[in-house]
Amino acid sequence: MDWLDTLVATFLDFEAMWQVFPQMLGTGLVNTLVISIAATLIGIVLGMVVAIMGISRSRWLRIPARVYTDIFRGLPAILTILLIGQGFARLSQQVFGPSPYPLGILALSLIASAYIGEIFRAGIQSVDRGQLEACRALGMSYGSAMRLVVVPQGVRRVLPALVNQFIAIVKDSSLVYFLGLLVSERELFRVGQDAAVLTGNLSPLVLAGLFYLVITVPLTHLVNYFDDRFRTGRRTAAPPKSGLDEVEEQTPSPALTYGENS
Amino acid sequence: MTYTSPVPITDGHVYAGSSLELRGLSMAYGDIEVLRDVSLEVAPGTTTCIIGPSGSGKSTLLRGVNRLHEPSRGDVLLAGRSILDQKPDSVRRRIGLVFQHFNLFPDHTALENVALALRNVKRMSKANATRIAMERLTEVGLAERADHRPRDLSGGQQQRVAIARALAMEPEVMLFDEATSALDPELVKGVLNLMAGLAQRGMTMLVVTHEMGFARKVADQVVFMDEGRVVEQGAPGDLFDRPRSPRLQRFLSEVL
Repeated sequence: MDWLDTLVATFLDFEAMWQVFPQMLGTGLVNTLVISIAATLIGIVLGMVVAIMGISRSRWLRIPARVYTDIFRGLPAILTILLIGQGFARLSQQVFGPSPYPLGILALSLIASAYIGEIFRAGIQSVDRGQLEACRALGMSYGSAMRLVVVPQGVRRVLPALVNQFIAIVKDSSLVYFLGLLVSERELFRVGQDAAVLTGNLSPLVLAGLFYLVITVPLTHLVNYFDDRFRTGRRTAAPPKSGLDEVEEQTPSPALTYGENS
Repeated sequence: MTYTSPVPITDGHVYAGSSLELRGLSMAYGDIEVLRDVSLEVAPGTTTCIIGPSGSGKSTLLRGVNRLHEPSRGDVLLAGRSILDQKPDSVRRRIGLVFQHFNLFPDHTALENVALALRNVKRMSKANATRIAMERLTEVGLAERADHRPRDLSGGQQQRVAIARALAMEPEVMLFDEATSALDPELVKGVLNLMAGLAQRGMTMLVVTHEMGFARKVADQVVFMDEGRVVEQGAPGDLFDRPRSPRLQRFLSEVL
């Protein structure tokens, strides 16, 4: 069973995993989460701007939003990350210092905002037109109607899609290693990669993979749970109620008759 | 059927309805003209019912009155002044609109539905808005359901909340766009009673309806529309008992 031993030694060398485990937890996981969460938050803010522009009645807002979305959704993530990360390196150095970390987050945010913008746009457009009309009929402005009534409903509908997007960002965050991170800034993939090179063994990368799965798999199931709940709607089933009860609760006293009796 | 007000007139709210006048109103969706040269006068505090087959432009007419859809020609006068010279938002807050499908805000309670525009448009304090919203809900008989979300209310209750929401803005005119068409039959009367009560208490109302009994008994004036035009208008007795145009005769023979 030589080949089985080789396989275990290559992928499941627990000794090698154990050695890299503290780094994986203290550096890799922390940085992956910081990068992913920061990119998602910035992506949500930018994505909302793109979505609102995208549904505007003015083409001078709609067209730029469209072009922006097409570009950042259409390019491979690695290309965007390299172009932003290296293209703006000098500018970033003056603002953030020598680390490419902030630029990595920025690049991921731009990519995320293009996808999130589309998610928001779809959600907002799926809200019944009558909601906006009801607001306008009450004298509310377009902005107030969107902010207080339409957008919150649209966003609630797309929460599952947003979680999916976060999962995609977690995976894409591994690409920022291309920008050359400092030792303390390495995310899961880079920590695993370095250890794998050092030990000549793939087990640290397998461990990195397990860490990714620990983040993404529970979220996937959370999405399914959300989805189920939103689709079925009701929290608890209410027993059926006769419409006649309602007729009775409304019976006026004293009754005033209007019009001729017939 | 008789229509009884759910609220005794004596201690109910009294409304000061304004006059409404349509002058040669025409409206179009793109190139398709759906309303052609409609003229109509609604005296203060009176109720005008608009009847007619589907596609006759009834709903479009209501949308023109509060500028949810801009008229292509003609004018609308609210209390004698053209609404086209005024800001749409300021016109709309003086005109209440009740929709066929209620259009309540699903993530707001009944009370919040009524209070939202008071806060946002009238800039009322939270306490004031809540007080007035509660008064209006009481008026439509739903004080006990103030904390319910629309999904936990029946269609009839939802429509009554929608009416309370429109009334809270103290409109001078109320528009009803087939307000009972989406309701289960046993719940229709409750909403019609409420509308009859408003009519009695001085509200100016323009009501698009398929409830011929309501139009006959509550309306001061009935307008029959077809193909975007007013075909016949007059007192309910005249229209329903002595229809002159073949179109109206045909329509009444189908619906009565």
